[in-house]
Amino acid sequence: MDEATARAIESDDFVAPDPIPESRKRLGRMVFAVGTVVLVVTALARLLQELGSFDFGFVTWRPVLYAYIFWGIALGWSQVLRRGEDGKRALFVLPAALFVVAMVVFPLLFAVYVSFTDWNLSALGGPKFNGLANLRRMTSDPFYWNAMLNMVWYILAIIVEYAIAFGMALILHSQIRARKFFRVVFLLPLMLSPVALSWMVGKSMMEIRFGPLANLARWLGWDNPAFFSEPWLARSSIMVMDAWTFIPLMMIILLAGLQSLPKEVMEAAKVDGATPWQTFWKITFPLMLPVSITAVIIRVIFKLKLADIIINVTSGGPGGATDSITSFIFRVYRDRSNVGYGTLLAVVYLVIIVAFLLALLNLLSRWMRGYDQEVS
Amino acid sequence: MVAVPEAIPEVVEQEETSVERLRKLFLRMLVYGILFVWAVICLFPIFWTVTTSFKMAPDVMRGHLIPWVDFTPQWLGWRSLGLSPETIFNYSTVRAEFMKRFMNSVVTSLSASFLAVVLGSLAAYGLSRFRYHFGPMKNSDISFFFLSQLILPPVVLALPFLALYKGLALLDTRIGLILLYTLMVMPIVIWIMRDQFKAIPVELEEAALVDGLSVWGAFLRIVVPISLPGMVAAFILSLILCWNEYFFAALLTSTEAKTLPVMVASQTGSQGINWWSMAALSTAAIAPLLIVGIILERYIIAGMSTGAGK
Repeated sequence: MDEATARAIESDDFVAPDPIPESRKRLGRMVFAVGTVVLVVTALARLLQELGSFDFGFVTWRPVLYAYIFWGIALGWSQVLRRGEDGKRALFVLPAALFVVAMVVFPLLFAVYVSFTDWNLSALGGPKFNGLANLRRMTSDPFYWNAMLNMVWYILAIIVEYAIAFGMALILHSQIRARKFFRVVFLLPLMLSPVALSWMVGKSMMEIRFGPLANLARWLGWDNPAFFSEPWLARSSIMVMDAWTFIPLMMIILLAGLQSLPKEVMEAAKVDGATPWQTFWKITFPLMLPVSITAVIIRVIFKLKLADIIINVTSGGPGGATDSITSFIFRVYRDRSNVGYGTLLAVVYLVIIVAFLLALLNLLSRWMRGYDQEVS
Repeated sequence: MVAVPEAIPEVVEQEETSVERLRKLFLRMLVYGILFVWAVICLFPIFWTVTTSFKMAPDVMRGHLIPWVDFTPQWLGWRSLGLSPETIFNYSTVRAEFMKRFMNSVVTSLSASFLAVVLGSLAAYGLSRFRYHFGPMKNSDISFFFLSQLILPPVVLALPFLALYKGLALLDTRIGLILLYTLMVMPIVIWIMRDQFKAIPVELEEAALVDGLSVWGAFLRIVVPISLPGMVAAFILSLILCWNEYFFAALLTSTEAKTLPVMVASQTGSQGINWWSMAALSTAAIAPLLIVGIILERYIIAGMSTGAGK
């Protein structure tokens, strides 16, 4: 996709590229070689000290970090020296790429390694390899699979959130007074910190004795409004709080989609005598499908990270009924400092997420194609 | 005989319009009713937080709602933070603690957002304009590589970072948090900025190149000024996410670099929760973003709308 849209500014269309002299190329290669040597030597020296063979006087791994930065600079410089204009273009992407590689690829590889070990952070000694023991333990851990099931419920709640967000976007898109005021007000929940929200809503407003929500529920005829006593109730309360924060996000995306719809189609439908109901289902909704999918996918991605509210309001209770994977692993780290096992759970979660999202995207694109054929 | 058939449709039409008008009125009332209810749903928790910070214990326990009618506002909650009118000029350890957390939050979220916008915009510009071949990786692969970071759940990185930062002596430092937050928001920045740059006609830069500017000169002098609103939008979205981040901050900081959300979360005293000081703290934690949100709403919406129209 990008291949097609990236309309390259090939500078040789304007000026003939100066041939890069051999001496500059050699200098570039040398710079890169020096950088690499420095990085390798530093890392090796640090590693040897870690293994206890020599003592080079390192206290931390910081020198390796500095050597990596140095190597990055050397790489960029040598690119410019050796490849001229092309090198300068590479400089746009290189910093971000090197940053992400350092911050994601190394830690991920490390995570995969740790997940096959037995490691207690508070105990002395590093990780001990224990093969598939963690994996075996995972398959028989009821709390993990319970949390996974909860995630399914949390994800399914997005359907309701989507319906509400779409409704609010439609209303905001229609002819109303004070639209700007309502738009600002509806956006505000997204600004609030989930932690402050969990305390002020989850613990204070839903407090059974004096919370205004409990009072409201009592007034509506519910004698004992304990929002977090029953598993289903607790889960729904968490869903509602999370929905409250993130409905604005979907609403704004959908609103932007509505505003970019072609007006002529709507007017044509009106002229043809279509009722608003028909217009929505036959025109607006199909036209909005791509935007809707974007909004839902973004929401799913954020939902998969759901943890802050659960950690602060219920810490997974009652009996793990509200646990998300993230909050569960958070507790595994915090309470039991069982790092190897927790990391394995996280890695398995990542694999499941990637599989799930790929399947979802695949399904959606197939469904979209079917929908297009049906319409046309 | 001739007049009657003409008259009847007219009457029917008039009747229809009055029914129609009634229906329209009803619909309007419904729409404004929904708008009003939703506005209350959005605003009430904020109202509750702010008013609770001015309550005394009995007011909280009785669930009083409206200041000056139900209860008399007191500075109790703010005094416990050292931020009430009487205490603001005196030294207060609590306030010193609060200010430290507040500054941690400000510094980490501002620097991380800034760094993410710089790195992310550069990458997004490169990807939207040039063709790359990094080994087997082409533009679409590089884009996917960056955007796929979005789905990476924080738990997967949490422990490796705990160990890594321990080794690098970056645990409980602002720099450690800044690097992590930059990583967290960069995919979003790249996503927004890629669309922004695609919307700028290439001819502008071509003209600049003809005039003798280098690729970087054209980017800095021509493209950056044009795409500044998009960058502001990306910056503010990043700011929101970083300011509210809790998970990593809770795991990776302890005394020095603790941020506001962690401080809010750890406010349980031995005698239960002091709701008034909790509320004051929460108010102080959400106020900056509320102000930013109200003033810069246009940019936030522009940022979130990216990708919707495509």
